[in-house]
Amino acid sequence: MAKMCTPAMEKLRRKQGSKPRKTDPWHEAWYRFRRNRAAMVSLAILLVMILFALFPSFFARYGEDEQIYKDAFIKPCLEHPLGTDNFGRDILSRIIWGTRTSLLIGISSVIVSLVLGGMCGLIAAFYGGKVDNTIMRLMDVLYALPSLLLAIAIAAALGSGMRNVILAIAVSQIPSFARVVRAAALTVRNQEYIEAARSSGSSPLRLMFRHMLPNCLATIIVQATLGVAGAIISGASLSFVGVGVQPPTAEWGYMLSSARQYIRQAWWIITFPGIAIMIAIFTLNTLGDGLRDAMDPKMKR
Amino acid sequence: MGRYVFKRLVLLVPVLLGVVFIIFCLNEISPGDPARLLAGDYATEEDIQNLREEMGLDEPFLSRFCSYVYGIITRGDFGTSYATKRPVLDEVMDRFPTTLLLACLSTLIMLVIGIATGIVSATRQYSWIDNLCNAIGLVGVSMPNFWQGLMNILLFSIYLGWFPSSGFYGPQYWVLPAVTIGTSNACTIMRMTRSSMLEVLHQDYITSARAKGLSEGTIVRKHALKNALIPILTVVGMTFGTLLGGALVTETVFAIPGLGKYMVDAIKLRDYPVIQGGVLIMAIISSLVTLGVDILYAFIDPQIRSMYRSKKNRAKEAAQNG
Repeated sequence: MAKMCTPAMEKLRRKQGSKPRKTDPWHEAWYRFRRNRAAMVSLAILLVMILFALFPSFFARYGEDEQIYKDAFIKPCLEHPLGTDNFGRDILSRIIWGTRTSLLIGISSVIVSLVLGGMCGLIAAFYGGKVDNTIMRLMDVLYALPSLLLAIAIAAALGSGMRNVILAIAVSQIPSFARVVRAAALTVRNQEYIEAARSSGSSPLRLMFRHMLPNCLATIIVQATLGVAGAIISGASLSFVGVGVQPPTAEWGYMLSSARQYIRQAWWIITFPGIAIMIAIFTLNTLGDGLRDAMDPKMKR
Repeated sequence: MGRYVFKRLVLLVPVLLGVVFIIFCLNEISPGDPARLLAGDYATEEDIQNLREEMGLDEPFLSRFCSYVYGIITRGDFGTSYATKRPVLDEVMDRFPTTLLLACLSTLIMLVIGIATGIVSATRQYSWIDNLCNAIGLVGVSMPNFWQGLMNILLFSIYLGWFPSSGFYGPQYWVLPAVTIGTSNACTIMRMTRSSMLEVLHQDYITSARAKGLSEGTIVRKHALKNALIPILTVVGMTFGTLLGGALVTETVFAIPGLGKYMVDAIKLRDYPVIQGGVLIMAIISSLVTLGVDILYAFIDPQIRSMYRSKKNRAKEAAQNG
């Protein structure tokens, strides 16, 4: 059929935006995602946070641990928009520096637990039977412990410091990733295209990573986004309890725990880092929900 | 039914053994020498060595692990605190009532607020009240628990002076921590109730109930809610189980002498037996609660109940039905 494009159709097409002509699911997802205003706003906030994390010295007026003792406990003013803490450190600057710590903890721990937990889930779903049983029973052991408790126990044993915190949170999140990936992989395992790939002689590794994994990607991306949010909260909780990232590093949870004793004198020290955490988590949760709605409209609630 | 419960209890054993093993290994790799920590700054090398032998720290890994497990099974011995020299189980039991009370109060608040707002939200989908609930719910889910506690202290204790900010000595002390934990979990429950209710309300049997002329209230209460509540029960159970293990961070914020604060203090002191024993006891508690919820599930949901009915009963019923 010849391509017809009446002016009315052209107008309609413009109005709808550049609707994907190809039926590529990723294009479709992006198209649906772009129409979700809340999700787009959260994506923008996340990009700003990533910029803060990459170039904190460009955005923050003061250094990460720049202490000006005569300026301690200053209320929010023009010079210090969010006030200063007990060491005379500018809170806004420390929050910006803290973005780097929180995002680093959140993203890297999710990558670690995604790789480990995801592998376990994929292998369990692929082989089924005894392998599945063994792996999932091991995961049950980890799952029996409340995840924050496990993370605290691991961080306490390893000693504090960024790397150990990341490891602790990653391990505590492994079982939930394993479960999610396993569930997703189980739904594609018996599809005909897997059967076809198997009968054409694909190796188990190729079946798992080339055929099964890409089809679980939507679920994995959503879970990873929500996982980053959870990891940031866990990281802040760990610092709050005192087994997290160590002092000179700006970290939101640690800012809160060290400000606790000044709660009666200076409300701003304790309010703003919490708001920073809240914005970060809110953003990631909204983004995760938006991604889920975009990539799997059937799951939309 | 009895067989199902028994089977689940048997399956719990390897899981708990695994938990003991993990915690034991964690303490193996942890830095710092407990004997040195306990002996204090002025102890000689000899004192430390003697103490180490006394505590059995010199024995090989596996033998210590086995004797630990053996002690738990035979004597309920979860170890002795380095700091206070008292059995961990006793110390935990001293603090358990506080944590239990807090957990019950917060769960109550969570259930009432969460389910009520969830139902309102779902029955008036996309109305202003639904949008408001959703917005509050999203914000609430995003707030770290301990920060919400601090903000509650700031507002209700320091500025308004309504409630005390720390301790746990009477009803006025219970309010802030219970509200903090309750409301933050209520947000999760609300979101779940809403989506679960919406799913049920869109099903055919609700339409036919409406067609029958039942009032909307009856439909929501008798037909929709009963089915919608089943998945929520799991989450409530898990939350309750976790809370019984102590709201770690919230208890620290409000200085409540419960399990959570006990654990956090023990971690700071590197009091290994307390960490080991405490985590293990918490894992046992939360596993038992999860098991309890699963069994409750089977009682509430006829679909599941019929799956686990014993063969004898099934045969009897088949005979009755002809």
